[in-house]
Amino acid sequence: MALDKVNAVVIGAGAAGPIIAKELAVAGFRVVLLERGRWHSPWECRKDDLRNQRTAILGNAFGPEDEGNPRVFVDDRGEARVVLPSEGGYNNNAACVGGGTLSYGAMAWRFHPDDFRMKSRYGPVANSTLDDWPITYDDLEPYYEKAEWEIGVSGDDSGNPFKGARKKPLPMPPLKPDSIEHQLLEKAALKLGLHPFHIPMLRNSVPYGGRPACMRCRWCVGFACEVDAKCGTQNTVLRTALATGNLELRTNAMTKEILLDPGSRARGVAYFDQNDRLQEQPADVVVVCGGATETARLLLNSRSKAHPNGLGNNSDWVGRNLQGHLYTGAFGLMEQQTYDDLGPGASIAICDYVHGNPSIVGGAMLANEFIRLPVQFMNTRPPGVPRWGLAAKEFMKRNYTRAIAVQGPTQEIPVWDARCQLDPQVKDRWGIPVLRLSGGRHEHTVEIGDYITYKAEAWLQAAGAIQTWRRGGGRGLSGGQHQAGTARMGHDPKTSVVDANCRVHESDNVYVADASVHVTNGAFNPVLTIMAIAYRAGEHIARELRGKGV
Amino acid sequence: MKRRSFFLVAAGAIVAGACGNRRTAPWRALSPQEVAVLDAWCDALIPSTDGTPGAREARTARYIDIQLTRRFKRFRPQYQQALAAIDRMAAGRFASLTLDERTALLQKIDRGEGDKAQWGQDGGREVFNLILQHALQGYYGNPRHGGNHEYASWRMLGIPIVPVRGRGVGYGA
Repeated sequence: MALDKVNAVVIGAGAAGPIIAKELAVAGFRVVLLERGRWHSPWECRKDDLRNQRTAILGNAFGPEDEGNPRVFVDDRGEARVVLPSEGGYNNNAACVGGGTLSYGAMAWRFHPDDFRMKSRYGPVANSTLDDWPITYDDLEPYYEKAEWEIGVSGDDSGNPFKGARKKPLPMPPLKPDSIEHQLLEKAALKLGLHPFHIPMLRNSVPYGGRPACMRCRWCVGFACEVDAKCGTQNTVLRTALATGNLELRTNAMTKEILLDPGSRARGVAYFDQNDRLQEQPADVVVVCGGATETARLLLNSRSKAHPNGLGNNSDWVGRNLQGHLYTGAFGLMEQQTYDDLGPGASIAICDYVHGNPSIVGGAMLANEFIRLPVQFMNTRPPGVPRWGLAAKEFMKRNYTRAIAVQGPTQEIPVWDARCQLDPQVKDRWGIPVLRLSGGRHEHTVEIGDYITYKAEAWLQAAGAIQTWRRGGGRGLSGGQHQAGTARMGHDPKTSVVDANCRVHESDNVYVADASVHVTNGAFNPVLTIMAIAYRAGEHIARELRGKGV
Repeated sequence: MKRRSFFLVAAGAIVAGACGNRRTAPWRALSPQEVAVLDAWCDALIPSTDGTPGAREARTARYIDIQLTRRFKRFRPQYQQALAAIDRMAAGRFASLTLDERTALLQKIDRGEGDKAQWGQDGGREVFNLILQHALQGYYGNPRHGGNHEYASWRMLGIPIVPVRGRGVGYGA
């Protein structure tokens, strides 16, 4: 039996869903937001280095649970195996209210203007689906600003000449740049003629939005913030949306499929509620914000006579071009102690190598890394140091507090065969077909990553490192927490899934608004771009609903 | 300040209580003989001959034993096979060998030179890496999971313990 019809049903309360819900609820529309996970409160934050969202050795802290949520991963030899959410091949993000924004490191990057026009800037790349976005940096600029001010960003990028114009400064100053790492790296970058600046972060450096400032602990990326100083969707826009009375958030609600009428319209969604009962939620519009992997899965699982291979998939583009970021960089050991326990650790960046590198398509932002907990450092060593025994322990003892890591997210070259499909056999605990992940990175992505390691190493050497070593990357499938690209935005329905307003080409009233729509994924952490796209799509959907006299 | 003290005392009591139980609790997944071999194996991975606590003092084997009943349940047969195989290589005396003797045997397994009938086609490399990673987790990870007893590795590294509320909390709690 169907529930009462609403104006919009939004699937996924991660980085994007609550923004769409808030834009619509504030505009007076009735909205239901479905989230497969649950709420987590700051005071249940466990500083557990073996069980969090970054180091999931003993499980993911913020979902999904290992039990009942399998995927199938096809490795580079073509062998398929079932993987659990806490295993690397799964390419998990998170499944909870706030999604990844509850536990992220919270870098708040605007993409570079050229990140939206990679094909125009560099020309076509062989064996790649590299293309321009149908929208520009200028189209998104007002929405970047809105995300920065409504959700809250601290930092100062005025020292960065390699960026798009911003109309308004960031609402909060950076955290005090007092860490030893920051000071060493800043001096070194200036010495090299580079342009260091304070990383923009979705983190309170001063009280903002009714929440306190960061207390500078080392338990940041991968953890929920104990004092609620990180700004996610769960403690900002979602609160605003719920306060309107127009939004109903249903947690532990697993969406099964989008229900399609004959023709091009959806009538709502079917989902399993918190008691695992199948429910039907009718709505005027459906907005999918499940993250690049689960959004693709939902589209592929939503079939009808007009959409036999899944909604939006008549041209076979859904689930393809899966991309994340190849992180490469270098480690340096200093003569002096550099560990000062001043979190979050990452604080200083350069964008000198984002574009304009010789013989390279794009590049990467470089920054110092978040504080590495001992379990995250225990397998880090230069070539020649043994993995175990007294020498391994001695290395750790001497160098854990003397190491600096500099790394960056290489803008990946999209690959058609890096993809999510439905597995023909494996199902989750609700009986819904799960994803089968296959493919790998473009060879040029690895070349860019290698190029970046030399830049990172040079920065560390200038900072006085007495020993450095580089860490490049491989061609394994990329997705993970920066997953993107599986429902590409474009003008042509033959080579994209959604239009420039995030509406699925094949439907009048289904939208995708998350990183799935990214044509390319920038040389930066993608979350602020996801948020900006959600603001822009939310505004458009509100206009459409109003135009139809709803 | 008072509030902070309360949390520290409360947390201290919980930690002390939990450790106390673990000290006297029987082994969960492995037999006492298997534990003795595992303990000697982990001690060779992270020795204490430099004067700071090693895997043994940090109760790394306890961490592994606990996890073998939980997250690592699926690895139990591999553990039992590997522990029996290394002990056979030492004529049933692995646990009482010197550090150098144990290290020499384990280096063979690390290189994949274990007897294939005992260790499988890869000569023991996979199970060696599995146990190495688990040992490192038990040594460097959070004490709440049964290892890193009394913050042994964090003290060695010279970093503060987990602050319960606020930061800058020392070991004195």
